[in-house]
Amino acid sequence: MKFNSAAGSFSRRDFVRAAALATAYGFSLEPARAAVRELKISRTTQTHSVCPYCAVGCSVIIHTLGDKARNIQPTVVHIEGDPESPVNRGTLCSKGISLKEFVVNERRLTRPLYRAPGASEWTAISWDEAFEKMARRMKDTRDRTFEEKDSQGRTVNRLTSVALIGGCTDTNEINYLLGKFRFALGILSYENQSRL
Amino acid sequence: MKQTVAKLIDTTLCIGCKACEVACQEWNDQEFSQGVFHNSYQTMPDLAAHFWNLIKFHEVEKPAGPVWLMAKYQCMHCADAGCLRACPAPGAIIQRENGIIDFVEENCIGCGYCITGCPFDVPRLSPRTNKVYKCSLCSDRVAVGLSPACIKACPTSCLTFGSRADLKFLAEKRAEELRAEGFSAAGVYDGPGVGGTNVLYVLKYADEPELYGLPKDPKIPWTVRLWKGPLKWVGNTIFFGGILAAIVHYLKVGPKEAHEDD
Repeated sequence: MKFNSAAGSFSRRDFVRAAALATAYGFSLEPARAAVRELKISRTTQTHSVCPYCAVGCSVIIHTLGDKARNIQPTVVHIEGDPESPVNRGTLCSKGISLKEFVVNERRLTRPLYRAPGASEWTAISWDEAFEKMARRMKDTRDRTFEEKDSQGRTVNRLTSVALIGGCTDTNEINYLLGKFRFALGILSYENQSRL
Repeated sequence: MKQTVAKLIDTTLCIGCKACEVACQEWNDQEFSQGVFHNSYQTMPDLAAHFWNLIKFHEVEKPAGPVWLMAKYQCMHCADAGCLRACPAPGAIIQRENGIIDFVEENCIGCGYCITGCPFDVPRLSPRTNKVYKCSLCSDRVAVGLSPACIKACPTSCLTFGSRADLKFLAEKRAEELRAEGFSAAGVYDGPGVGGTNVLYVLKYADEPELYGLPKDPKIPWTVRLWKGPLKWVGNTIFFGGILAAIVHYLKVGPKEAHEDD
């Protein structure tokens, strides 16, 4: 029996001879042993984002496994600093570098919880229910405490019982809407997390 | 010949933020373990099988007042590695061309000899898997041109990654700066006694590396050197000599014959 290859013919006898030689001298396992560990971000999708913790606003790269196919649930496998950001130039602090735990965490809240006045337990409610409850309370509070005129009779149209707080990672669009919302309700007190 | 890679730790710039610790834990997907408070800002009292990078907080009294010395504690990636010398399992601990001392979990037999061989007391045996773990200098990241996770995270540029020759130059320059600033004992620590380590330190008090928890003159234990050096050859000679003697005996005297009266 003969095998023809690009290198020429290689008979069965040659193969046996080579195999015997190789066995006698032993195969070198060194290349296999020196194989590099698999890089866990070699097949990930990179998404650029901003760290949600403090006001410095470091940029991060989120590495996600999964190709966005309909039946695939993508998973965050790694988050690290974005070297292109002039803010952090790829570095992150001990809190920011642990952002993966922020996303992939069994203790993470994924639905609204409600604790009724006086109750000791939280109960899961639907998003619609949560929005409804929040809107109701907001409306009731505003109706009850809205001041049209101050003690000297001047028109003020203010709502001092409600305050608004923003976060450093809120986008321009969110801040624009928050601003409109604030003026619409007459809220005076507002604070931003970046000043804390 | 590939360039030897190294890590430079400028202890004078460390603010003890521990970003490198968390980066290491995150990149290597280490398991969580709950600790207890030890009256120190240190995350853990010591390295562990699933905790390869620890910032040690040393409070030291100096004539000028107390000083807080922070030192990153991890595998030193020695040129002449004690763990590698002591390891009896082929391929469990390997020295890569770029100088990284890496471990391959599958090949580890959990004997723990590397722990004896290490002059810096770094490898740790996991009681769960019964295998030894330590810092790999993120060999997977380095292989594709990324810097190790700890170095990328460091916000004060206390950590630098590069070729050993470059970093040695940088370290000497920094030590000179420190000496000019009045720290007359400032210098570079690169693990004398083990052929140089690929983790370099810039220390304010280089004459007393013990203050930072670094051995002044790290040495591979003589027992390991003897056992893996001369004793190994003695053992091999006796073993193969015995086989040879048996063959020679068989050829000269022949097989052992049973006597009739047995």
